Amino acid sequence: MSEMKNRWIALYVENQVGVLAKVSGLFSAKSYNLQSLTVGTTEDETVSRMTVCVTSDDITFEQIKKQLNCMVEVIKVIDLTDVPLHMKEILFAKVMHVDAAQINEIFQIAQVFQADVVDMGGDSVMLECKLTERRNNELIALLKSKFKRISIVRGGAVAIETISTGCR
Amino acid sequence: MDITGRKLFVKALQEEGVDTIFGYPGGMVMDLFDELYKTDLFHLVLPRHEQGLIHEAEGYAKSTGKVGVCLVTSGPGATNIVTGLADAHYDSIPLVCFTGQVPLGLIGNDAFQEVDIVGMTRSITKYGVTVRKRSDLGKIIKMAFHIAKTGKPGPVLVDIPKDIQSAPGPANYPVNVDIRGYKPINDNVHIGQLKRAYKLLKSAKKPLILAGGGVNISCANEQLRAFAEKMHVPVVTTIMGKGAVPTTHPLYVGNSGMHGKYAANMAVANCDVLFSIGTRFNDRITGDLNEFAPSAKIVHIDIDTASISRNVVVDVPVVADAKVALEKLLEWAEPKKTSEWRKQIQAWDEKNPLAMNQDRGLSPQCIMNWINKEFPHSIYVTDVGQHQMWATQFLELDEGSKLITSGGFGTMGFGFPAAIGAKIANPDKQVVCITGDGGFQMNIQELATAVTEKVPVTVCVLNNFYLGMVRQQQELFYGKRYSATCLCKDAAELPKYRGIKDEVPEYAPDFVRLAESYGAYGIRVRSEEEMEEAFAWAKTHTDVPTIIEFLIATEELVLPMVKGGNPISEMILG
Repeated sequence: MSEMKNRWIALYVENQVGVLAKVSGLFSAKSYNLQSLTVGTTEDETVSRMTVCVTSDDITFEQIKKQLNCMVEVIKVIDLTDVPLHMKEILFAKVMHVDAAQINEIFQIAQVFQADVVDMGGDSVMLECKLTERRNNELIALLKSKFKRISIVRGGAVAIETISTGCR
Repeated sequence: MDITGRKLFVKALQEEGVDTIFGYPGGMVMDLFDELYKTDLFHLVLPRHEQGLIHEAEGYAKSTGKVGVCLVTSGPGATNIVTGLADAHYDSIPLVCFTGQVPLGLIGNDAFQEVDIVGMTRSITKYGVTVRKRSDLGKIIKMAFHIAKTGKPGPVLVDIPKDIQSAPGPANYPVNVDIRGYKPINDNVHIGQLKRAYKLLKSAKKPLILAGGGVNISCANEQLRAFAEKMHVPVVTTIMGKGAVPTTHPLYVGNSGMHGKYAANMAVANCDVLFSIGTRFNDRITGDLNEFAPSAKIVHIDIDTASISRNVVVDVPVVADAKVALEKLLEWAEPKKTSEWRKQIQAWDEKNPLAMNQDRGLSPQCIMNWINKEFPHSIYVTDVGQHQMWATQFLELDEGSKLITSGGFGTMGFGFPAAIGAKIANPDKQVVCITGDGGFQMNIQELATAVTEKVPVTVCVLNNFYLGMVRQQQELFYGKRYSATCLCKDAAELPKYRGIKDEVPEYAPDFVRLAESYGAYGIRVRSEEEMEEAFAWAKTHTDVPTIIEFLIATEELVLPMVKGGNPISEMILG
């Protein structure tokens, strides 16, 4: 059995009622390990594009792609694993019950992680990040280790293939 | 000029060449049934339960290759077809099922008889959709028929809200359909890949063809037989593939799998190239996956990309329709020396042939032999359980006959209604239903359908007073603790019928009187001596069904048997 790792798929699907349920239903019905799924319309409003992250081995991943391809509503399946990408995930982090020294520290963290401080008041600070999913994980781990009360909301990754791949 | 949705519905079915509709009315399909009342374009069959309805449509579709059409109401009408949808999905049967739905404005209100049937059946249909705009109705029906019958066939569900049925809209029904996410590969095959498959087979010393249901669905029987003959390669089948080559053919070994023939399973276990066509390597076929065809290179030809390398990792995958692939293979086929290998298979067969103990009175094997003799070249339809396995073991199929059975989903209650559907579609063909006392009772109300529709199927009920297949597992693997499998429990205490002086059996129901109460014929057979007369009598009934009840021993087992999860070469032989 090959290695279990995160893999990425972009899906073009019909922008219709029930398609999201059908795609996400496949993952639960077949016990595939879904990490994140984002969806939004494309330049053609009849088509939506999904970015899906799954944790699987090679064989299961092949099976997932085939199963998705079988769906009438799925127009195209693109394997994004090992493809040069622009990939970002939006994340908001609220850090609460902090004193002045800690606020200072949060500003430092924001600077290092290239996150924006978008809101603050009383004893709370809010960060907004548009990093990769992994970098967001690291930020969350750091905040968790340093502060007692945090509140996280994250959007799941969106990804698109790069235009210029020559320098990579 | 605009027409109502209900008028377009009829027009669409007419243009799709539909001749039979299996329909059960209700509140949310009143408009459609009212429209059907005004036309004599279709034979509208009224079953007695929606589950019976959809199995009838499956029998119709499976016996003809045409799309079976179902029409049921919303809510319970729709949920009653769910089992049939799953059954059709697993056995690749083309169906288009129309369900009524509450008016658009009421959807989501928990209205009377409202159910999210599309959501509920998403994982057991090939495609399902609620019509939300009257202007989409024509396109959606066109898509539904196209999707159901092309590629790997399957059931499609079209949910039509009541107000869409009466709303005016475009009158035209599209001629063509183009779905950007659905491009079935019916006519294409990758020649390079097929050539690799052929070369592998050509190089084999112990080659074996494994034919699945895909061969029967694509009607590639003739091509498969010719290919096997030309190359002298022996053939085993799955249950759904039975009949892919005539069962009396010298190259045919038998069924493989859980209740496969000893020689067939040994051939799979020992072959060096397994050339499989149209099977998804279901666990009943493979047994323990690690021990499946351990010394073989595997070729897998299938129309469904997702079936390839899912259960069994294959060496040469070929995505193709069985018939298209076999026609190409036939162009290349050259004779091979396989006599040693075939001798080996024959030796296995002689060592452990399929044969049942004949000491317990009326044996199932004997019943199947009589069916072979009395009803050759027929459509045989089975239910699910021991009788089904005996049928798949002992029935002889030729070019003129067909076996229809619920293989993938194993739906008890399938057999009798499916036989009715098959007979409606093939009035000139003999249709024999082989069923058990358990499964028959799951849709026994369809006797009324058969009688009112004048459908003369012959129903052979193998009555062993138990849910035999479960009982068999309890006997072999659960210490003979027969939990909830006896169908004649406390039978001696059954209240005796009032007013009936004749003999009354000590179990329920009395199938003979049950048949008579519906206006059908019934006869009980206790021994082989009574067989000839019973079959002869059944044949005289050309307007309504005849039930022949065979009393068989409870102790009869289906053997060989592979315990679930064991290698198929490890068989319990009895």
